[in-house]
Amino acid sequence: MIQIEYFFILSGLLFFIGVFGFVTRRNLIAMLISIELVLNSVDLNFAAFNRLLFPDGSEGMFFTLFSIGISAAETAVALAIIINVYRHFHSDQVNSIENMKW
Amino acid sequence: MARLIMFIILAVVILASAVFCVTTKRIMRAATALLFVLFAVAGLYFILDYSFLGAAQISIYAGGITMMYIFAIQLVDKNTLQGMREHWLGKKTILAGAISLVGFATVVLVLLKNAFIQKVVSADALSNEVNMSDIGRTLMSADKYGYVLPFEFISLFLLACIIGGLVILNTKKDGNNNDKEETK
Repeated sequence: MIQIEYFFILSGLLFFIGVFGFVTRRNLIAMLISIELVLNSVDLNFAAFNRLLFPDGSEGMFFTLFSIGISAAETAVALAIIINVYRHFHSDQVNSIENMKW
Repeated sequence: MARLIMFIILAVVILASAVFCVTTKRIMRAATALLFVLFAVAGLYFILDYSFLGAAQISIYAGGITMMYIFAIQLVDKNTLQGMREHWLGKKTILAGAISLVGFATVVLVLLKNAFIQKVVSADALSNEVNMSDIGRTLMSADKYGYVLPFEFISLFLLACIIGGLVILNTKKDGNNNDKEETK
């Protein structure tokens, strides 16, 4: 029997590993990968809450389902923006984008 | 007991891959470690008896998003394949570690020390699978616990994302010649 606390600790660790990567990385794609880690930990927490605390309902499962779909769309748009930035600046580091308008 | 052993194995895989993902210098290895994290999270969904969720995670995240990352890495930068041109900034790493540790301590303290969870936790939780017809009926129903409105919204949202991605990537009016020159 898995205790719910194990899921809390696991998803908390995953979340803050993602935060650590988001702060330390200077590469735009690497920052986006760290955001994916954060999103996955939140999805995992939704599913664990639903299954272990309220097994009669299925709200957390549908939240996770919609969250997966929305994060896929977000990744697509973010990668399009990053490729566009690379076309303009020929660099994919965050420091290259200092002005909003060029 | 078997579930617990599987959970421990998957948790070790998730944490090791996540740490490797945020600390490695090469971005292609970071994407591969992200793939392992996504597969292990899908395994946790299977442990929780959410088979549909695990299948969606594998097909959308591991199949779609990781492929998009690899395409973007190949398109964006040739130098990143040989290694990212980033050096470890000492002060920033310490700051990020402090932020992560303080945040993790706060979250775990709040989640473990409240009395609410001990009241509602149910013993026979890991037994019932949500079957497919229920999922489909709930997604398309407009009743009290139905999700037809978010379902329609997400279809509109995906359409907006397709149009937005095309518009972002097609900024130049006289288009193709300039792009070809730039890529050369």
